[in-house]
Amino acid sequence: MFPRELERHIGPSIDRAVDWLLLNYGSVFDAVSAGLLRLLLQVEALLRATPWWLIVASVGVGAWLLVRRWTTALALMALMLMIGVFGLWALAMETMAIIITSVVLALLLGIPVGVLMAESDRVRSVLTPVLDAMQTLPSFVYLIPAMMLFGLGKVPAVLATLIYSVPPVIRLTDLGIRQVAKSVQEAAVAYGANRWQLLREVRLPLALPSILAGVNQTTMMALAMVVVASMIGARGIGQEVLLSINRIEVGRGFEAGLSVVALAIVVDRLTQGFARRFEPPR
Amino acid sequence: MAVERRHVACPVEESTAAGIRVENLWKVFAPKGVVVDVTDPDRIAHAERSGAVVAVRDVSFEVKPGELFVVMGLSGSGKSTLIRCLLRLVEPTAGTIVAAGQDVTAMNPAQLTEFRRRRVAMVFQHYGLLPHRTVLDNAAFGLKLRGVPKEQRYARAREALARVGLAGWEDRYPSALSGGMQQRVGIARALANDPDIMLWDEPFSGLDPLIRREMQDELVRLQREMQKTIVFVTHDLDEAIRLGDRMAVMKGGQFVQVGPPWEIVHNPVNEYVRRFVQARSQVVPEDVGAYTDALLPANVHSAAAGQGVAAGGADGTAGSHAASGRGIAGRGPVGHPGRASHGCAAAPRTEGRPASRVSQGA
Repeated sequence: MFPRELERHIGPSIDRAVDWLLLNYGSVFDAVSAGLLRLLLQVEALLRATPWWLIVASVGVGAWLLVRRWTTALALMALMLMIGVFGLWALAMETMAIIITSVVLALLLGIPVGVLMAESDRVRSVLTPVLDAMQTLPSFVYLIPAMMLFGLGKVPAVLATLIYSVPPVIRLTDLGIRQVAKSVQEAAVAYGANRWQLLREVRLPLALPSILAGVNQTTMMALAMVVVASMIGARGIGQEVLLSINRIEVGRGFEAGLSVVALAIVVDRLTQGFARRFEPPR
Repeated sequence: MAVERRHVACPVEESTAAGIRVENLWKVFAPKGVVVDVTDPDRIAHAERSGAVVAVRDVSFEVKPGELFVVMGLSGSGKSTLIRCLLRLVEPTAGTIVAAGQDVTAMNPAQLTEFRRRRVAMVFQHYGLLPHRTVLDNAAFGLKLRGVPKEQRYARAREALARVGLAGWEDRYPSALSGGMQQRVGIARALANDPDIMLWDEPFSGLDPLIRREMQDELVRLQREMQKTIVFVTHDLDEAIRLGDRMAVMKGGQFVQVGPPWEIVHNPVNEYVRRFVQARSQVVPEDVGAYTDALLPANVHSAAAGQGVAAGGADGTAGSHAASGRGIAGRGPVGHPGRASHGCAAAPRTEGRPASRVSQGA
């Protein structure tokens, strides 16, 4: 056994740090929380105000425009209808509001960080383990302090979703930029491209398919967090899953679970179709 | 020779105004932590033992304005590194490069960017085109980096594309073009910039032989119109002979022999160059006759004419071919298009050529 006297704990100091943050910067966290909540509620209000048939129709039209296959368009519309038929439409819209908000934040944060990572090996070596931790640290570990700092409900849910879902877009932005053909970059430099021009004219556009694959992955990861998010009081389909687990209502659980899958497939096909639009012509 | 020299401003003579002068250029790829002092042979040897690679070893040469200078060498000879040093895509370890009247080695980053945007343009083996941009946008790319307004740069790009025979292809994407046509876009991109100096890095190596020949003729034609200062890198001796006003044979980072192509072929300076020349005449025996006009100085032309007829056999397609004049034949041994005496000297000799050559030359 590992000798007892060698044990040292960082737990107490983390506790103290959280307390200290709460005491001294509580108002800052409240402000962030309020801002996030306002954004989230606006997205949610928009989704709720939109008639269900309009959303189903836009999924169909979007699928047709992006994927160009009417079978896909019909299938995605059917999946959306299924959610409504199960009586989960309103909850699904609440879930979508959380997903959309956290994905937008994840992209605003993740793409620039990915660019930085590609530009600098040092940033990359620092961030790689951080990203690993973000993806593997059990989410409850940071859900609790997030709850303490931001209160119960949707805001910590958005933050937890953000932490869990941002790594793919960072990694794939970095990878995409690093994979841009050296010959094209060399030509741009030979014609006098400075760093910014190289990034804007060559690296970002050529990395775009990879970045958009990252957007797709980030969205899927965000959807995977819906149940966890419901555990800290965020309403949505996840809550329905949680409730039916608690009450051992298998059928109700399946309906909710299938609805999550339906949302995931719809979002995946749409974002993938979008990504494919940006692949270079061949 | 040493690194310090780079910071000394070089007096620029009139003759190098649009030309290139390279003095004691070194490029050593050293592993991290290995410091290389190229003034000390012992230190270089020591660095090489500890893993450093000397890609360019004390190379000096001069390219006159309007001259087409070919650097020929096998892969690993350092020719690609050398041409990249000329615009500091690869940072030279030591030496001086004066190009278009400016000391390239002494430039700060801003000056270097300006130099690359205005004075020099490069054509690459792998084209280096932007796949997400149209042919027109690709041809205008250099001008865009320079900040030329849209209308103006498109006008110049169209002109350049027309010049390389790509009028009508402006709105296509590079992926829709064959290799040869993609390289034409690369050439148009360089021409649109209207540089003093053009650097061609094995531009035709990836193309199949017929297209390669066509592109070589194209370069000869363009060069007759433009008279740019050109450094052209190739691993193909035939190409070097066809194109070069002067050429250098490179091996192990050094120039083994420098001179006009005919001199390299007829007076190889050592066994290495001789093997090259011999291998060439073994592989393409019937080509030798076709090139002899490029291989000989003007004063031995009458003698060569006799040989040419003797070697060629009696396949009389004389008149038409003499009139059409292959690009290479018209240019003379040192690439002065206006040399009338040479044109006359070459004409009778062409009688002996096989008929198939006539169509290529026209």
